[in-house]
Amino acid sequence: MSENVLRIENLTMQFGGVVSVNGLSMEVNKGEFVALIGPNGAGKTTAFNCVTGVYQPTNGRIEFMGETIVRNHPQGRMARQYMGERATLYTSAYRGEDDPEALEAIEREGDGERRAQLRAQFDAEARERLESAKRRDPDALTNRVIAPTPDRITQLGIARTFQNIRLFSSLSVFDNVLIAKHMRARQNVFSATLRLNRREERRMREETMALLEEQDLARFKDEVAGSLPYGLQRRLEIARALATEPRLLLLDEPAAGMNPQETQELGEFIVKIKEKYELTVFMIEHHMDLVMQFCDRIYVIDFGKLICEGSPEAVRADRRVIDAYLGVVE
Amino acid sequence: MQLAVSTLLSGISAGGQYALIAIGYTLVYGILRLINFAHGDVFMVAGLVVIYMTASMPLYVALPLMVVFIVVLGFCIERAAYKPLRSAPRMSVMISAIGVSFLIQNFATYYTGGLARFYPEIPFLYDSVTIAGATTRWVTIVTPFLVVALVLLLLLLINKTKIGLAMRAAAKDFETCQLMGIKINSVISFTFVIGSALAAIGSILYFTNYPSIMPQSGALPGLRAFVAAVFGGIGSIPGAVVGAFIIGICENIVKVNPTYSIFSDAVTFIILIVVLGVKPTGLFGEKVTDKV
Amino acid sequence: MPAATLEKKSKRGAFLSLAGVAAVLALVIVLENTLDPNRNIIVFTTLKKGAVYALVAVSMNLLNGFTGLFSLGHAGFMLLGGYAYAIFTIPSAQRESVYYMYDGSAINFSFPEFFSNLFGGSGAGGAAGMVLGMLIAIVIAGLVAALVAWLIGLPVLKLKSDYLAIATLGFAEIIRAIFQWEPGGRITNGANALKSFPTFNNFNITDAEGEIVLRLSTSVCFAISALCIFLIVLLINSSYGRAFKAIREDEVAAEAMGINLAKHKRLSFIISSFFAGVGGALFAMYVNQVQAKTFNSAMTYELLLIVVLGGMGSISGSAIAAFLYVACGEWWLRFLDSEAAFKSASDRWAFIIVLAAAAAALTALLLWRRKRQGARKFSELWTACLLGAVVLGYDIYYAASGSMEVPFLRTGFRMVVFSVIIMVVVLFFRRGLMGDKELPARLRELAAFIRRLAAKIRRPSAGGGKPGAAAGKEAGGDE
Repeated sequence: MSENVLRIENLTMQFGGVVSVNGLSMEVNKGEFVALIGPNGAGKTTAFNCVTGVYQPTNGRIEFMGETIVRNHPQGRMARQYMGERATLYTSAYRGEDDPEALEAIEREGDGERRAQLRAQFDAEARERLESAKRRDPDALTNRVIAPTPDRITQLGIARTFQNIRLFSSLSVFDNVLIAKHMRARQNVFSATLRLNRREERRMREETMALLEEQDLARFKDEVAGSLPYGLQRRLEIARALATEPRLLLLDEPAAGMNPQETQELGEFIVKIKEKYELTVFMIEHHMDLVMQFCDRIYVIDFGKLICEGSPEAVRADRRVIDAYLGVVE
Repeated sequence: MQLAVSTLLSGISAGGQYALIAIGYTLVYGILRLINFAHGDVFMVAGLVVIYMTASMPLYVALPLMVVFIVVLGFCIERAAYKPLRSAPRMSVMISAIGVSFLIQNFATYYTGGLARFYPEIPFLYDSVTIAGATTRWVTIVTPFLVVALVLLLLLLINKTKIGLAMRAAAKDFETCQLMGIKINSVISFTFVIGSALAAIGSILYFTNYPSIMPQSGALPGLRAFVAAVFGGIGSIPGAVVGAFIIGICENIVKVNPTYSIFSDAVTFIILIVVLGVKPTGLFGEKVTDKV
Repeated sequence: MPAATLEKKSKRGAFLSLAGVAAVLALVIVLENTLDPNRNIIVFTTLKKGAVYALVAVSMNLLNGFTGLFSLGHAGFMLLGGYAYAIFTIPSAQRESVYYMYDGSAINFSFPEFFSNLFGGSGAGGAAGMVLGMLIAIVIAGLVAALVAWLIGLPVLKLKSDYLAIATLGFAEIIRAIFQWEPGGRITNGANALKSFPTFNNFNITDAEGEIVLRLSTSVCFAISALCIFLIVLLINSSYGRAFKAIREDEVAAEAMGINLAKHKRLSFIISSFFAGVGGALFAMYVNQVQAKTFNSAMTYELLLIVVLGGMGSISGSAIAAFLYVACGEWWLRFLDSEAAFKSASDRWAFIIVLAAAAAALTALLLWRRKRQGARKFSELWTACLLGAVVLGYDIYYAASGSMEVPFLRTGFRMVVFSVIIMVVVLFFRRGLMGDKELPARLRELAAFIRRLAAKIRRPSAGGGKPGAAAGKEAGGDE
């Protein structure tokens, strides 16, 4: 079994009375290129925002490189409003009972002996689940909430791009990438102000320049980022994300607004940088050609729920996916 | 007991007067997302205009004429100082508002010679009355009722009429509203007209209580009213009214002890900061989330 | 290596601007020692106040223009700095008389006195100790402001845009109230002013008889202000400055780039407050006293206007605008405040003609600006016409009235004209003096414009060189 880079467990995000992501669980393995697809409003970007710390999920746990980075359970007013599943999974109240319906079925069992036997088996399974939960997450069965801010997530090594491009649009292309280097520079405000970090500053500038040259953006380095054509802005956003030295790259609809040829180029480009920087890539995308051609695995969600998972061929053939995209034929 | 009653009375009265100013802030903010810093100064001008008008005409002519004048002033400020900046960043409009406030204050200083002028005594409102042993003026009693009546009228206007619907729509989404064919400029002008009219009425009540008017007299009540609007959740009319009453009462409680009276304004802000800390959008404010 | 050339270029720019600052400083020293200080009080007042305001405006720009945090608490931090400086520098002999309302001061320690005694009490050593003590007190003034900023930063900076503005404004008011509170009178002197502390005049070098050998009061004010602004410029051009700009541009993206919003906002807030505190100390030295009621919200608005007039996000803009603002307010428009009458009819007619020309020019300028922005409808032009018509109308009325007295001029008119000028700048030159560019870039633009204009005038058939265009651009550059 290959190593998990990202592991999402029972992720639920509820806004008021709307459950945007519901009990989503998925894994992204090291070196994989995984896509998350689904109709508009299925909750893809919300899931991304939970991973990157923009939103605090209502319930669920997210693991990055084997370490829990996000963990929450419904609390306060949300505990009463909660409409998702497994509300107690990440609290001290969790006893391993995962399936209340199975338990009810056991209770309905007529034969007393068989009922006891089933019950014992059920309890054993629950204990096993409890144990494994404890093994995976040392904080399991405490009410501890882990909710890092987005910058912390980026520091851990998850970089992202945005669906609607979010560049620092009145700054130069060079500065846009250079800013991403700020986080990992060894300096403090005094050394930076008094220019005692000269070597560090030079390294940042050289690395930025190298990255821009590699992305073919060096020509534009002094241009204002907002004045670049759309395609280049997309590329700059990816370059900027790479400058944070990530291990996992999250791309939110990188091919939005691109024509088929540009999309093809983008796919090749992503694969190239993935190889070069030994990245794992997790992407939301609507362009099926891109997804089917380049991705190793695909997750499909609809109405916040995972409906299908597998290789491009399997997903293409899956009835539920076709239903979700085209509507159910009665 | 007597002290408590008189404190409460003056608190409610001050609160009512702030409420009338605060509505002007909250309406404008709701639509333009602009802190109209000039609003307090418009309020001050309303006071001065009455003083100069009563020199040459009877009160019952001067007061309605003053309201008309202030409405025109509010309208002109919007057209001259805010409308040209409709597409500009919000900061520019706010600076323009500060500039207008600066201009009005300086003009008032020039016109009055910078000396305090005294508000005429308005019959009935200025007369004394005794309630539960506490002596006060009629204005104190009248204010809360007048405020409630005006607010109900305003709510009716906003909820039942076509222009009210347009105002609500503009407050929700400016651009879409324009696309739907609403004449956004007349809606905004109308908002300023309402705000100015209420401030003008408020000024009659306020300056009957505190008759000395300086060119800077508008700044403080304006600021308090604005705080009240933020406190209640800016953009919400009931919020502004509730906030204004709370702030008026708190301010007067603090004023009771002369050692702490210096904090009467500070307390306003302390309340504000506590409220913003607990509920960042005020008591009745709607939560706005950033789409990522 | 392009990265290296970039560095070299910025280095040359830095040296050039340093040389510029040194030249200005030298000029100030020369001026100070050649002009008669008693007859030119207004010049030195303007220069000192301008330098102080430049520093405070630049520190405000760091927060509002570079980090995008709309804060209106600057007067409060200046107050803290001013009081901290005063409290730690009033000589113990003077304390009794300063705090006469409260029977003396609770704090009886004065940095200048301490160091002066340490270095020998009198003569050169004592003077050096005094100066050292004053400088330390200035730094402490900044630190006190920074400490308070650190304390309130955490809760306040969570608020967004307007809420932040009103909360910081509130904090400034609260601080003001605390410093006016009677029970604290033994420290803050209640609502009364603190005075008798050493000021810029103590930097003048005197000989044994007390005769001034070399005046340094204004130039020291300049030097401290310039040093602080230089530090701010260094900060803005550093990695942290870039992070601040990123936060201004897009908070969400900045966070996604690993910039800790809370930490960096707080940092910017603290640094800005530190320099506001230093500015407050300088302000106290400039007016020779500190009184809490001076540091009101009107002061913050004034500073905000300076920042906007200079251009949000332009350091040189803030500095130049501060001097222009102070000079206009204190000096150049002063004549408007005194009543004056014409001596001869020809003077009067000259005035009438100039006023009419000014009205026409103003209207033309405004109309041209509007047209260039693409407005065709008359309704969009009425402001300009109205303004011109009002001035012209008054002019005609005055011409017909036959009075010899100059119209309008009396106390307060200066500020009216001043605020009208500000409104015109705010409405028609929205981006201010510099936009978000610095002086050299702006000068290059101006030079290019003049070249284009010259080319146009040489070939009048091509563009029909509009005089209004030239006036517009120059007004944009000057005001």
